[in-house]
Amino acid sequence: MINGTKINIEDLNLYIGKKHILKDINVKIPEKKLTVILGPSGCGKTTLLKSLNRLTDLYPEVKTQGKIFNGTDDILHPNTEITELRKKMGLLAQSPYPLPMSIYDNITYGLRISGRRKKRYLNKRVEYYLRQVSLWEEVKDRLKDPASALSIGQQQRLCLARGLSVDPEIILADEPTSALDPVSSREIEELFLKLKQRYTIVMVTHILRQARRVADYVIFMYLGEIIEHGTAEQIFEHPQNPITKSYIKGTYS
Amino acid sequence: MKRKFKINRQVLRKSEEIFYRVLMILSTSIIIIALLAIIISILVKGIPSLSWSMISQTPKGGYYFGKEGGILNAIIGSLYLSFGATMLALVFSLPLALYMNIHKMKQKNVVNVIRFFLDLLWGIPSIVYGAFGFTIMVYFGLRTSLLAGIITVTLFIIPIMVRSMDEVLKTVPKGLLESAFSLGSTRSETAFRVMLRQCIPGMITAILLAFGRAIGDAAAVLFTAGYTDYIPNSLSQPTATLPLSVFFQLSSPIPEVQSRAYASAVVLTAIVLIISIASRGFSSRYQKNRIK
Repeated sequence: MINGTKINIEDLNLYIGKKHILKDINVKIPEKKLTVILGPSGCGKTTLLKSLNRLTDLYPEVKTQGKIFNGTDDILHPNTEITELRKKMGLLAQSPYPLPMSIYDNITYGLRISGRRKKRYLNKRVEYYLRQVSLWEEVKDRLKDPASALSIGQQQRLCLARGLSVDPEIILADEPTSALDPVSSREIEELFLKLKQRYTIVMVTHILRQARRVADYVIFMYLGEIIEHGTAEQIFEHPQNPITKSYIKGTYS
Repeated sequence: MKRKFKINRQVLRKSEEIFYRVLMILSTSIIIIALLAIIISILVKGIPSLSWSMISQTPKGGYYFGKEGGILNAIIGSLYLSFGATMLALVFSLPLALYMNIHKMKQKNVVNVIRFFLDLLWGIPSIVYGAFGFTIMVYFGLRTSLLAGIITVTLFIIPIMVRSMDEVLKTVPKGLLESAFSLGSTRSETAFRVMLRQCIPGMITAILLAFGRAIGDAAAVLFTAGYTDYIPNSLSQPTATLPLSVFFQLSSPIPEVQSRAYASAVVLTAIVLIISIASRGFSSRYQKNRIK
């Protein structure tokens, strides 16, 4: 049922100052599946996600130990070319942060910094990626408008398209629907179900029902530790650990 | 008994509300009135002497005794000096401000030390910069000149510019930086293509603030740029400046010359006003792209 491994996390420990945030994380994230990191707020889900593309580098006092492999590349190794690493992973944040430029430039930004400048190529790519996130019909007449003028749901889809534009292998999503209304949330979920055929998706969520709707593989975290991980069926139908059981039953308080 | 206490508390809350509202209205009106009083008084005293020849001619012989001429030397001198200094300061301030907010974002301590020293420098009176500039000039055997003035004023406005830019850059949401980085941007790409675009309106305000100080300061240029009746045509010549022109004319005993001092002040204020409005217009073009 679960075939290849995309990301392999080995003995990951992360500290912020003296606080031990992630404790002995050992897990394999399967390729071209939708993996959900599930758990209550404050359990280190987001931190785990951000260590995957080393956004943790941006925060003072963060110390990481251990290894995270993407194929054979160690992501946490100090010699890793960090911009190349990040291009392999598209990020979808909790609330959408489009870049302060037009809708068009938001999509072409990633292409331009990789040196693609031909107008015709860029135009084609913009249409392609906006279609991928079903945004093209809504914005095709106002590509030059600032991205900040879009609705929140549209902005989040634009951010997804922007993330896809650098041709990543992995999509990292940090509670991508938490700022959205139910309709926009559904749209994002449906996009994910479509995209997982081609990308490895890692999604953080604390919404149990959302996890049930989309997950292939589930990592359940609690207080910085991985309590249990397995296929969606294993976790949702036959949880082993009592903490997982109570969270899944909804009796967790 | 309990009921009475409740009513008192409501009254208390309401009167607190009224108190702070009055306080706000009061301080706002004091500031506006003071500003208007300054502007009106220089307009009333200055407008009568303001004429086309005043801003289109350099001082002729006997200008400072009420004869013919104008302050074109000081207008041009001030523009040269403050534009030069603002540009030069920008060259140093922008990289430093970006460096503090992008490259050193993990070393908060280092950044805070830099901020502390810049704040200290900001507090030093401009006459001290003037004296410092003068010592340096003497050391290198330079005479008062436009260049020396520009360098001194640059030193004087750098802390202002860097700290103002720093405060603007600090407001960039972390999520925006994360977005930019996760697209594979390097730090410089994030700084120049994302942060700057987001901050252009604020950056222009920072530059304007520094420009305003540069064009309005008399003490820093007193020893360094000198004063002359001619328009400088090279960096090594001394130059007149508007604040000093106001100062010299105001200290004259002749009423007509004193009135010209106010006219010069009107010109100075008008220049700052025109430049502010022009750059606001420019920055509003970028305002719409800002991410909140």
